[in-house]
Amino acid sequence: MSGILTATGIRKSFGDRDVLKGVDVTLGAHEVVALIGASGSGKSTLLRCLGLLEPIDDGQIFLGDEDISDPRVDGNRVRARLGAVFQSFNLFPHLSVLDNVTLASRVVHRMPRRDAEARAAELLARVGLADKAKDHPDRLSGGQQQRVAIARAIATDPEVLLLDEITSALDPELVGEVLELVRDLASEGATILMATHEMAFARDVADRVVFLDAGTIVEQGPPSSVLRHPQEARTRAFLARFTA
Amino acid sequence: MSTRIPSALELDRRAYRRGRERRSALIAILSTAAFAVIVWATVINTEGWAKVQQAFFDPGVAVEALPKVWEGFLLNLTVLGISIFTVGGVALVIALLRTLRGPVFFPVRTLAAGYTDLFRGLPFIIVLYLVGFGLPTIVGERIDELFLGILAVTLTYSAYVAEVIRAGIDSVHPSQRLAARALGLNHVQTLRRVVLPQALRKMTPALMNDFISMQKDVGLISIIAGLDAIARAKGVVATTYNFTPYVVAGILFILLAIPTIRLTDWYTARLREREQSGSVL
Repeated sequence: MSGILTATGIRKSFGDRDVLKGVDVTLGAHEVVALIGASGSGKSTLLRCLGLLEPIDDGQIFLGDEDISDPRVDGNRVRARLGAVFQSFNLFPHLSVLDNVTLASRVVHRMPRRDAEARAAELLARVGLADKAKDHPDRLSGGQQQRVAIARAIATDPEVLLLDEITSALDPELVGEVLELVRDLASEGATILMATHEMAFARDVADRVVFLDAGTIVEQGPPSSVLRHPQEARTRAFLARFTA
Repeated sequence: MSTRIPSALELDRRAYRRGRERRSALIAILSTAAFAVIVWATVINTEGWAKVQQAFFDPGVAVEALPKVWEGFLLNLTVLGISIFTVGGVALVIALLRTLRGPVFFPVRTLAAGYTDLFRGLPFIIVLYLVGFGLPTIVGERIDELFLGILAVTLTYSAYVAEVIRAGIDSVHPSQRLAARALGLNHVQTLRRVVLPQALRKMTPALMNDFISMQKDVGLISIIAGLDAIARAKGVVATTYNFTPYVVAGILFILLAIPTIRLTDWYTARLREREQSGSVL
């Protein structure tokens, strides 16, 4: 396997609704892939399936050389190697920002509290929220909350970061600070698969853009070709609707 | 706080508001006084009232009954104190059993659901009879009243509390569970670190309500126990032909409940305030 995360023939249905109809996607080391597509196209489902948060109905997922879709694989151990951030309702409201960031380090990775907190303090400083460590998430703006969620996701040094429309629930003026952070992570070599509606961001930061429509990948390639010169009619229709 | 001197208009408005407040206070005092007069004329200043007073509020009988009733009340308190833990433990286990997913757990899930159906439907007095009189008959020897009381209270109340806990668990947003699993926490870690702490806050008012209910229902063990507050009161009633001992026991139970009731009111109010200030919790 060439990629860090490789998925082949992923199928997923909810009841009689086929959400993913055989998706192949590969994520190389240090690659940033933007997943675009209309609401209901299967972006979130694909990310959840890849993160083993949703069982797949068919296909295979490899993390490195390991088939993580094998039911004999311990899902908790795999999830501990991945990082994920969702649209909203991410942070645990009963824990302080610091405890949110250190939770997985302490509980899953058995890191001593002192070490976990030192690492968390570094990360919070990095996302510009060092002074919010003791606050509870409800004191933070949406943008700050998502930055904490990202700090929490990278606290355990995940091999792959799955970001599911992390700016969609934010007020427009807060989107920038979150995307800026993702841009930094990308430039530092993180491996990221992110579902997004921010086309300008995808164009600037992504190495590759994958367009998902009705549960299948219609087109993929460098942003310059997919976003500027889409080959498929469906891609063109989606992008036209988007820029209109 | 601003030190700015308010405008004449504002001062006028404040004076008017103060006047209205004084007027409201005066009306409240007058209406209370009028109401007291009416009560005095129609209830207290009657022939029947003297009889009521004699039968229910005889100071001499009260003084005589209090030490005995108090002694019995300690048994109620013991049953209550221990039941808090047994009810909490059993209820938590049943609630968790009901949240287990997967076909393997079908029998325990069904059993737990059946338990809550059964003991929420069954009148407490029947549980008391079955436990208090049935159990010693089966065993064939005397069983400590304390144990029987705790068992009966636990059987019934853990069914109620289990449902409150389950509802609390279900009320935590599913994304919270998802976010915890995404961090690599397993089912148990997710429950303990993320779901239960949040569920506990949401279910506290309901739990306290069940607790108040339990505080007075421990009085029902007098049916099976000869030594609790109400049974003792009954003993004194039988010798004095006066009902004051029941009132004494009743007052003890009310005094026990009032702090919890106030605490619940306070907590609920605080929770509402927090929610209205737009926080997530």
